[in-house]
Amino acid sequence: MDFISILSIFVMACFVGYYVVWSVTPALHTPLMAVTNAISSVIVVGALIAAAAPVLGEGGAVAKWLGLGAVVLASVNIFGGFAVTARMLAMYKKKEKK
Amino acid sequence: MEHVTVSPWVALAYLISGVLFILALRGLSSPASSRAGNRFGMIGMTIAVVTTLVTHEIASLPEIVGALVIGGGVGWVIARRIAMTDMPQLVAAFHSLVGLAAVLVGWAAYLNPEAFGIATAGVIEPQSRVEMGLGIAIGAITFSGSIIAFLKLAGKMSGAPILLPARHVINLGTLVAILGLVAYFTQDQSLWVIGLVTALSFLIGFLLIIPIGGADMPVVVSMLNSYSGWAAAAMGFTLHNTAMIITGALVGSSGAILSYIMCKAMNRGFLSVIAGGFGAEAAAGGGAAKEQRPWKRGSAEDAAFLLKEAENVIIIPGYGMAVAQAQHVLREMGDQLKKEGVNVKYAIHPVAGRMPGHMNVLLAEANVPYDEVFELEDIQGDFAQCDVAFIIGANDVVNPAAKTDKSSPIYGMPVFDVDKAKTIMFIKRSMGGVGYAGVDNDVFYMDQTMMLLADAKKMVEDIVKALAH
Repeated sequence: MDFISILSIFVMACFVGYYVVWSVTPALHTPLMAVTNAISSVIVVGALIAAAAPVLGEGGAVAKWLGLGAVVLASVNIFGGFAVTARMLAMYKKKEKK
Repeated sequence: MEHVTVSPWVALAYLISGVLFILALRGLSSPASSRAGNRFGMIGMTIAVVTTLVTHEIASLPEIVGALVIGGGVGWVIARRIAMTDMPQLVAAFHSLVGLAAVLVGWAAYLNPEAFGIATAGVIEPQSRVEMGLGIAIGAITFSGSIIAFLKLAGKMSGAPILLPARHVINLGTLVAILGLVAYFTQDQSLWVIGLVTALSFLIGFLLIIPIGGADMPVVVSMLNSYSGWAAAAMGFTLHNTAMIITGALVGSSGAILSYIMCKAMNRGFLSVIAGGFGAEAAAGGGAAKEQRPWKRGSAEDAAFLLKEAENVIIIPGYGMAVAQAQHVLREMGDQLKKEGVNVKYAIHPVAGRMPGHMNVLLAEANVPYDEVFELEDIQGDFAQCDVAFIIGANDVVNPAAKTDKSSPIYGMPVFDVDKAKTIMFIKRSMGGVGYAGVDNDVFYMDQTMMLLADAKKMVEDIVKALAH
């Protein structure tokens, strides 16, 4: 993909983000932060590529360990982020109808 | 040099996971749809991880699975165990991990660029160098900034602003140096350049957050949330990965909007928050000449009596409720009052607590139905018909000085019109302390105000006991 198409996706996504986030109810702002935390760990994709790459030379070996380290960090966030969001969201209840 | 050719199916898979992340945020527009939204997010993440693993040649799978299991296990256990009152510091800690992961990925891409398809014969493309440099810089700032935010929120470091002399000059100089080095990096891909970018970015993240006081933490946490998104987006540019770019943009705008909402709710400019030092001046100037004004003290029994007689009660929780862990007993009080036929509502200020939505989560934890909880603008009109405004652990958000006193540091901040209520009950530890803005509050001295001086949890427990009689 060339730079301009990537940039277009980015700019469009910023607008989508803007409108979607404004529609989030303030009561759910804490879960919003927790879930954005979880999804920003999609950076794990880069970490996996680095960790999976065949080791080439000296830099390659270091890169692999850095990648593995990043996989650990990102997966703490992924599992932790989604689990804590789910835990919070499960607590929001409506008034019981009598 | 051409980038590693990506099959359209792979690109499509990343696009789908990006769209699922959008749906995850969309779900949060109401509590009813939010749980499905969270599942979309999980599916999106699974698609992204699986796609990456099946489309790359993997030199050694066990290590990767091991890393996923260790990280995932740690994250899961933390998420299960964490107390809801500790949510702000947990979020700050999670931000720091995203930041550090971005730094590590950036460095891995620098050391092994061929694996990412961004170099020929060891020479990294100049455009990728900029993206990589910025990704590492933003990631490093997110990391060290979040660590400081975490320490302040967890109370492991004083929440008071730490002000270095000439800090604005130091900060601006460091930022300019980082940008200059990233620009120079396009000419020279030596290790020292990117090393220095990383080191300076760690430093500036630290310097940017230490002057910011505890009360401004909601803005800081939101801002770091935004940074973690931009770091992911920058890495997405480096890797030409749609899922990362869409997510980065979403998270980046989400944090930015939350920061904006928080600043507006305090009537402060974003720059003035970032510049830091709020609370330091007022606390220094305020203590000197404070006149003694008369105020009334009430007991739990007095409070219980008045609450029982009331028709409409509005409860205003603040950070103090979280500190005292009083949300559960507060809900019990609410239940008892409802049994007596009292109409109970909860009013939440956008900046109550230490992060956006903090109070809502705590009340939800205590089983308060979310349709009894109202935002500032939705409940403001109800104070005129309100018999008792019950303030627990909040202070600045009910301070009328914000409406009348132009010299007050909180002037212009939207506050609850508690002075319109027939009776105000104000739970506070002692008369000595002031709110985080460090300003005195006229509400303490109003005719209709009853000060309930005690630990918030203890006081509400006593009221609950008195109500039972």
